[in-house]
Amino acid sequence: MSTSMNDPKLTNDHKLTSGAKLMSGAKMLLECLVREGVDCMFGYPGGVTLPFYDVLYDHPIRHVLVRHEENAAFAAGGYARATGKVGVCCATSGPGATNLTTGLVDAMMDSIPIVALTGQVSTKLIGSDAFQEADTFGITRSCTKHNYMVKRFEDLAQIVHEAFYLANSGRPGPVLVDIPKDVFQAQGHYQPVTSIHLPGYKVFTEGHTGQIRRAAQLIQESERPLVYAGGGVLASDATAELREFVEKTDIPAVITLMGLGALSSNHPNFISMPGMHGSYAANIALTNCDLLIALGTRFDDRVTGRLAAFAPHAKVIHVDIDPAEIGKNRTPEVPIVGDVKRVLVKLNQLLAEKPEAPVEGRLHNARHEWWRQIREWKEQHPLRTSSSETEIKPQHLMAEIDRLSGGHAIVTSDVGQHQMWAAQFIRFNEPRLWLNSGGLGSMGFGLPAAIGAQFARPDKLVFSLVGDGGFQMSIPELATIASHGLPIKIVIMNNGYLGMVRQWQTLFYNDRLSSVELDCFPDAAKLAGAYGFKGRTIDKPWELGPALEEAVNEPGPYLLNVKVTPLENVYPMVPAGGAISEMVLGPPQPVAETAVR
Amino acid sequence: MLQVISVLLENKPGALMRVTGLLTQRGYNIESLTVARTLDPELSRMTIAVDVDDNTRPQVIKQMNKLINVLQATDLTDVPAVIRELVLVRIRMPQETRTAVLKEAEIFGGRVVDSSTEGFAIEVTGAPEKLNEFIDVMGSYGEIEVTRSGSLAIGLENKKLRLQPPIATLGAVNNRPVREKTNA
Repeated sequence: MSTSMNDPKLTNDHKLTSGAKLMSGAKMLLECLVREGVDCMFGYPGGVTLPFYDVLYDHPIRHVLVRHEENAAFAAGGYARATGKVGVCCATSGPGATNLTTGLVDAMMDSIPIVALTGQVSTKLIGSDAFQEADTFGITRSCTKHNYMVKRFEDLAQIVHEAFYLANSGRPGPVLVDIPKDVFQAQGHYQPVTSIHLPGYKVFTEGHTGQIRRAAQLIQESERPLVYAGGGVLASDATAELREFVEKTDIPAVITLMGLGALSSNHPNFISMPGMHGSYAANIALTNCDLLIALGTRFDDRVTGRLAAFAPHAKVIHVDIDPAEIGKNRTPEVPIVGDVKRVLVKLNQLLAEKPEAPVEGRLHNARHEWWRQIREWKEQHPLRTSSSETEIKPQHLMAEIDRLSGGHAIVTSDVGQHQMWAAQFIRFNEPRLWLNSGGLGSMGFGLPAAIGAQFARPDKLVFSLVGDGGFQMSIPELATIASHGLPIKIVIMNNGYLGMVRQWQTLFYNDRLSSVELDCFPDAAKLAGAYGFKGRTIDKPWELGPALEEAVNEPGPYLLNVKVTPLENVYPMVPAGGAISEMVLGPPQPVAETAVR
Repeated sequence: MLQVISVLLENKPGALMRVTGLLTQRGYNIESLTVARTLDPELSRMTIAVDVDDNTRPQVIKQMNKLINVLQATDLTDVPAVIRELVLVRIRMPQETRTAVLKEAEIFGGRVVDSSTEGFAIEVTGAPEKLNEFIDVMGSYGEIEVTRSGSLAIGLENKKLRLQPPIATLGAVNNRPVREKTNA
């Protein structure tokens, strides 16, 4: 027997068990996880996963006990979002597995690589309505990129390695492996998996050379080009290539909610986030550009508004690794199926080959005019932070977090008003700092995601910026944070409402505020104190800066409850189904006039 | 008219559900579905007849092609293809029309697979529309009971089947498999 499994610390040279060796399925699973480089996982044990938790007991892989399985999936997502590595979560059969599903769909929508391991009742009991039995394989079919049920012990290792491969190749996503208890308990030999054969899994990474050439041509000929980059740039680790591209071509860029950080918020070519709550400049630039260079993004309805009015004058170059995204919402003139990083490398090379061509004469003037226009739009309607003498404005809160972050802290958020203000006002000067539930928009994401992120990046300052609604959905995780002494700065933007729903009721339902008031919010100091860490509630503008500094300087966790103006609305706003050029800029002004050239 | 989608997929538990799930999640009703092994026992060929509008169909087929268990999904609606269906009809009719029924069955290329004093059981293969006519004709002679197989289709164009070759893992996939660093 090898003693490597008892090695006290997990290192790169952690000696792997080699050759055929008798072990249980549970141990084999662990062996696979070690080989996949897993150092940390999030989970909750139960009856059928007992054999697995038994082998975990004296193993160096760190298992973080969350307080609800949904948060295990969110934490794994936070871990994956902060690193690009596969996040791992684990739950028992039945309720454990069903509780994971929200986190799985969240990862599916945002293309986040996670592997979920669930226990299942023994194979001979499957289908007998056994205690804690649920059809996990069936339930999670549409929640995952792919899922497996391991019916035979002999398939276990192969399936687990395939799961990791699938999760983080091509378009990343969640993969679930459902393992019956008797498979955990069976004994057999581990044969190292040397090959993965998935004949139907086609990943197109390279991009068609001819199309890339056409793209380069269009880029050099365009007068008003615009980069529209999304989360795919982060997923393919292409931030350096994106920077090189925008600098070489001097093309302005809008970055989506999922892509924030793909280009530093301080970069002169960064305009801002586009879409429903995007800036005036970003949306009007989209409306007026003549070439849209879409990189790792999916023309989501929250970005495009009414599709027919989205970038109506533009030819579109669409680069995405998922062929099904190309032409789904907008038919591009130049479709490129490929990994954004590899395509950008080629594009940059092509553009470098013709240094004389890009800008001169008429084109040069047109590009110059385009930039002048964009600067003008930015100045006309900047995202203005509002402030008050008596109340804390939400925008003021975001500006203060931004000041303390300096563009370098990890910020996780839930969904709603605070998420939009954070995206508008907090800078992200590195990739993988802004972690939010973009596609699914799941409340309760912010706190567990921060746990995952802090385990992944212990060196980083992590703000968990949540609303008073979402926070209460994941309140049990305060125990996880306390248990590990994670120095997460939980900042609650507390307006006493489900703010975004309240905003829509105000604007579109005659201000009939139905079931959106959140009363009885707990006392933050007492709540944090009950878990053994510090907390505080503030509601005066002058308290904000010092309180945030106190939170950041606290070596452990901190719960800061910030009472903000209750009825503030997020602007600009594109009403659902509207054109993004017709945004509502704020309460006094009616509809902005479309700036058409 | 119905559209026909042909899917080549791995013969594995759950594979069928993944393909049909893409249609049901969009609220489309599957009119018919046939599935059986191919020459390679590890693969199955599925033929789906469904009514999906022309704008949605390409997206659904792309999503099918994305499924890990699917090797190839092809739209056979507007390309050269042979589409056939089998129908089994049991007919009960008066003695005096027996000969007429047999004649009609012959016209449709039908074969009597059972005969009794009450009537016949007849099998017919053909294009689905032809079978509709056959069923109508039989119905005019007496009481019928019908079982249809659903459409089976084979494309007549050579479509290259692109398959992913096996990937060597050297014992561990190591978290970021296909994205080895290209120089930044």
